[in-house]
Amino acid sequence: MLSILRPVAALGRFVLATVASVGRAGYLARDAAHAVKKVSLWGPHLLPQMMRVGVESVPVALFIATFTGVVLALQASYTFTGAMPLYLVGTLVGKTMLLELGPVLTGLALSGRVGANIAAEIGTMRVTEQIDALETLAYDPVAYLVVPRVVAGAIMFPIIVVLADALGIAAGWVTAQALLDMSSFEFVKGLQFLFDPFDLQFSIIKSISFGLTVTSLGCFFGFHTTGGAAGVGRATTQTVVVSSMVILLLDAFWGVILL
Amino acid sequence: MSIELLDIHKGFGPKEVLKGFTLSIRDGETLSVIGGSGTGKSVALKHIVGLLRPDAGEVWVDGQNVNQLEQEELYQLRRKVGYVFQFAALFDSMTIEDNVAMGLRRVLGLTESTIKERVADCLHLVDLDGYGVRYPSELSGGQRKRAGFARAIATEPKYLLYDEPTTGLDPVTTTVIDQLIVRMAEQLGVTGLVITHDMTSAFRVSDRVAMLYDGQIRFDGTPDELRATTDPIVKGFIEGRPDLMESAS
Repeated sequence: MLSILRPVAALGRFVLATVASVGRAGYLARDAAHAVKKVSLWGPHLLPQMMRVGVESVPVALFIATFTGVVLALQASYTFTGAMPLYLVGTLVGKTMLLELGPVLTGLALSGRVGANIAAEIGTMRVTEQIDALETLAYDPVAYLVVPRVVAGAIMFPIIVVLADALGIAAGWVTAQALLDMSSFEFVKGLQFLFDPFDLQFSIIKSISFGLTVTSLGCFFGFHTTGGAAGVGRATTQTVVVSSMVILLLDAFWGVILL
Repeated sequence: MSIELLDIHKGFGPKEVLKGFTLSIRDGETLSVIGGSGTGKSVALKHIVGLLRPDAGEVWVDGQNVNQLEQEELYQLRRKVGYVFQFAALFDSMTIEDNVAMGLRRVLGLTESTIKERVADCLHLVDLDGYGVRYPSELSGGQRKRAGFARAIATEPKYLLYDEPTTGLDPVTTTVIDQLIVRMAEQLGVTGLVITHDMTSAFRVSDRVAMLYDGQIRFDGTPDELRATTDPIVKGFIEGRPDLMESAS
């Protein structure tokens, strides 16, 4: 092939692979929609998955939220001192945690922890023929493996994000008192100033979409793993990269649609 | 005929693996498909339970065209088929007992005590008494294969598909597995399809042997006919003589 045509051929291959991936994702989504009806297959696995996807992710999410709250309070104070009333530190911490950093940072962190975990587990099952074995034993692998993980993600992500929001704000409040010479009254006054209950709804809506994204992509890349251990590694990496990108796209999408 | 693969073509990317593969298996017989590594034996096997779909051709099992079945009908058909995987494909997050019980839990109306009894019977049959509480990672390769065998026979299927059941096993375990295959056919009337390149096993368990070569069936006959064949490709393969195969191809 002429060397000048190689980039064109590579672009063509990339486009074909992307279109094929979108097609496969469509089929998986269709199969998952059908599989939701098979509650007897996925129901017993929902609670264990909620534990794995949700409860076991809480420490990571809270660790990130705590330090985000601390840094937000310190940076707000640094920015506002001498220019604006200091109680606005509470306003900034509250608004930023609820609208942006609570859901987005938690989503990004969990794309690594939850998404990669799902992709590695299902990918290993694929390359060791365990998914084929499920099929030969008359189990619908989508109902058995995909549905409980995606439902668990949709349920648990908002719970984790609400906890992260709360802890981030609490961390900002403690920082304001301990390091910024602000009283509780001032911080809470700032928190209430411009507060809108919709902020919390916005946080929850975003986190549900992030939960669906991370778990669905983990299942998708795991389900279509090929090529042994290297393939499993590729699936986990793709899950984290694509989930992170989609989370940021959804972040902007919800901002445009709902704010 | 209980299983028929008719003029199957199957390719992966530019490589066509099966090129008009046709094979019929009669009720109650055990047929072995032999052939070199990478010739598409396992690919052909996966078509029978709908794990792969042919690019062209038809697969008939128990009077049903596998490729035209709805998903639920396919699951119904799979309940009649046991599949022994090459590397056992045990669920590594479950104990051996739970692995063997998986198929039984899809059979309606079985109580938990019946399932436990059946699991114990199957583990006894493959000489794995006392191993039920262990996880697959705690078993040797041969034990894992036997556990996979127990899982495949637990639902008392009408058809058993064996994907290289004895590869990598020591001679004694190989004999045990071969005896199990023969016993399944003789005592329970199970129709068996064995994918193998272990010629000793093939001669021991088969009523009929077929050889897959270059995407098609090159030979189909009884073990005695196989021994007497003059086809240099087939003779070269069963005698392990690449010179014969090379001179003929």
